[in-house]
Amino acid sequence: MIEVQHITKRYGRVTAVDDVSFRVERGEIFGFLGPNGAGKTTTMRILTGYMPATEGRAAVAGFDVFDKPIEAKKRTGYLPETPPLYPDMSVREYLDFVSRIKGVPSKERRERVAGVMQKTRIADMKDRHCGKLSKGYRQRVGIAQALIHNPEVLILDEPTAGLDPKQIIETRQLIRSLAGDHTIVLSTHILPEVSQTCQRVVIINKGRVVAIDTPDNLTARLRGAETMLVQVDAPGADVTTALAAIPGVTRVGVSEQRGAAGAFEVESEHGRDVRREIARSIVTNGWGLLELRPMRMSLEDIFLQLTTDETVEEAPHA
Amino acid sequence: MRNTLAIADKELRSYFASPIAYIIIGLFALLFGWFFFVYLSVFVQRSSQMMMGGGAPNINQDMIRGVFLNSAVIILFVMPMITMRTYSEEKRSGTIELLLTSPVTDFQIIMGKFLGALGLYASMLLVTMLYIAVLFMYGNPEWRPIATGYLGLLLMGGCFLSVGLFISSVTKNQIVAGFLTFAVFLMLWVINWMADQSGPIMGAVLKYLSITDHFDDFARGIVDTKHVIYYVTFITFGLFLTAKSVDMERWRG
Repeated sequence: MIEVQHITKRYGRVTAVDDVSFRVERGEIFGFLGPNGAGKTTTMRILTGYMPATEGRAAVAGFDVFDKPIEAKKRTGYLPETPPLYPDMSVREYLDFVSRIKGVPSKERRERVAGVMQKTRIADMKDRHCGKLSKGYRQRVGIAQALIHNPEVLILDEPTAGLDPKQIIETRQLIRSLAGDHTIVLSTHILPEVSQTCQRVVIINKGRVVAIDTPDNLTARLRGAETMLVQVDAPGADVTTALAAIPGVTRVGVSEQRGAAGAFEVESEHGRDVRREIARSIVTNGWGLLELRPMRMSLEDIFLQLTTDETVEEAPHA
Repeated sequence: MRNTLAIADKELRSYFASPIAYIIIGLFALLFGWFFFVYLSVFVQRSSQMMMGGGAPNINQDMIRGVFLNSAVIILFVMPMITMRTYSEEKRSGTIELLLTSPVTDFQIIMGKFLGALGLYASMLLVTMLYIAVLFMYGNPEWRPIATGYLGLLLMGGCFLSVGLFISSVTKNQIVAGFLTFAVFLMLWVINWMADQSGPIMGAVLKYLSITDHFDDFARGIVDTKHVIYYVTFITFGLFLTAKSVDMERWRG
């Protein structure tokens, strides 16, 4: 449904998006995850035809966004980071205007406007001026605007940013209910959002794609090795050698060294529980075991690890 | 065309939703009224003198023409207020993203904005017709020179609007857009002041460039294709520049 091939966007010397490629299948919810300034908005703007890419190609619903922009735009609904509302217009006037420029036939216009207002639950605000709406309603009017011409593809830039928890849950429900009929691309820097709403995720950092997978696979991939956090009150070098000698342990890293005590990250083979051996080894050496707990990788850790440490992805190839 | 009209309609509505349209129309009507009153008083006084001397006063040439020429100057001051927000405001509030990601061409957007502004300008002129109607009630002026005068005002205003639109597309800041537009308009107006001092060729060029010089014939009741072509070319050029600027903005991001 969406095909992005080797897109690069440079502003002068700054490279905002660097060789990004991905595919989104019909009916899928595709998450765009990355810290602020990672290039999420730029990529979305290229997809929606707001700006051209410096290099590469992108197609929406089979239409190239550079060569056939009008056809591609007819099939795309877009919610920018700030909902593009005209403060002087009432919600209904605004949606009517958007439906006109999006090419909704005049006979269907009234019905479409009423339909999206109902879907996004903004009908009670229909005569209110857009400038006087609360943040939550603005966002919903923004989504309504993106839906008005019943596009095949919906591109939502941070749809839940700045909403209160209740509104976030409602918005996520709304987005999930739209999947199937629409192919959805959404960006976020909030991690739980991705695991809760998206079927597939691309993690992007400094303009580059770091990983593309399902949220479950991403978690599993990084939990390939099981990690244990061990705190011992003994000199670091001795402990490292002792722990590394335990069968099944693949790696020992010092994460913190404070005086005599130290914290160590012990990685072991997948599925092998080495906690007893670690404890035994420390006790037989006569050291004090202060803490021993398994470290779970949440999506948040993956995100942090992938985006702060570039070597993670490249290590296997190096 | 449908898209252009949708955008023109939106533009016009947003003018009238804010106080701007009313202030501009009111201000223009007030100043136009003042000139109208002054010229009329002078005309009445002078015509009674001329009648005694046996001359035939002509209200079209002696009075209405003067009002038209002066209102051209007011327009110079008022127009930046109309155009300064057209693009700047959309850029500042982010609604430009809606327009540029909708299935409409840049040309349709620009034409829509131009027609919207022209609509407001036309309603500004429409209000002043009330004054002219008074003349018809109490006298018998010729309607043709009045019609050409209005046509001239419309064309000249169109030039200002197209330049203003271009300047508005260059900046995000309304105030900057307003001042720049005003400065450029003023330049276009006074550019012929140097004409007599410059050489014969340069003088002719400067005279030709001056936006107000071309208006004179219209005010006199003459529709010269030379002037019409000048105005239409000017408008086209302004809109073309706007299109280029919007396109460049897009590449720059």
